[in-house]
Amino acid sequence: MQARIYVTPRKGILDPQGRAVEGALKSLGLAGVERVHVGRYIVVELDAPSRPAAESLVRKMCDELLANPNIEDYRFEVDA
Amino acid sequence: MKWGVVRFPGSLDDLDALHALRDLLKQDAELLWHKDPSLHGAECVVLPGGFSYGDYLRCGAIARFAPIMQSVAEFAADGGLVIGICNGFQILCEAHLLPGALTRNRSLSFICDNIYVRIENAATPFTRAGRLGEILRLPIKHGEGCYAAPVNELAAMEERGQVLLRYVDAEGRETDEANPNGSMRAIAGVANARFNVFGLMPHPEHAVEKLLGGEDGLKIFHSIIGAAS
Repeated sequence: MQARIYVTPRKGILDPQGRAVEGALKSLGLAGVERVHVGRYIVVELDAPSRPAAESLVRKMCDELLANPNIEDYRFEVDA
Repeated sequence: MKWGVVRFPGSLDDLDALHALRDLLKQDAELLWHKDPSLHGAECVVLPGGFSYGDYLRCGAIARFAPIMQSVAEFAADGGLVIGICNGFQILCEAHLLPGALTRNRSLSFICDNIYVRIENAATPFTRAGRLGEILRLPIKHGEGCYAAPVNELAAMEERGQVLLRYVDAEGRETDEANPNGSMRAIAGVANARFNVFGLMPHPEHAVEKLLGGEDGLKIFHSIIGAAS
């Protein structure tokens, strides 16, 4: 199975990378850019007996290491 | 007093801390290896500045799993004194021994400079040699020193006096320019609720003799030595 995990800066936390990229995109003259958030994309290949088991495993990975709950949010998708 | 300075793969300031403790403060200090879980009888553990395990994922996130960190966590739980400087502060936050987290500087630049901090609580083992409101001039050198924590937690920490150091200007004023990295509430150093674990981004071990440009860092070490005796 494969889990694709997206870790993003939590709302209200400074995201200077997002702001810098946002400024750069705007200076390219591309219309419509409002806000940019820069995060992390993690792919985990895993072995689990079922999809719910995999999801609970990935949630544990995120809570304990892959994301820092003080400053980051995460979401993920799991497929076979 | 017996001190242990932990060396992680990538630590840079371990020898500076050792120099400050041994040569200037005449302390019994030794290096501790990250793979060795023994603290060798240390009464205060120093997690030094630099880097650790490449600081992959987030600064300090992997170092938290070093064999010695389990011992440091148990030592702290027993009330032992632990100080984390710069990368050491990041590690203590990642290990949940201190609240909050350190994120990328607001400017996105690595900053190497002398800054000013104000002692916000002088009744702790880490600041007792100073006065409340005293200004210290200390060096910083970091890319990820922007302190962040959930807003309600920040308020609770302030109430309990856990913010020990705050960035100010030379006159002690809190201004946006005096906050070098964009830290929430200009926080430069925090303690846990029990006041036996302390983390700070500035480097007291680099400010211990005139030759290095200042001696204000001694205040922190003298506090700890006084607290233990």
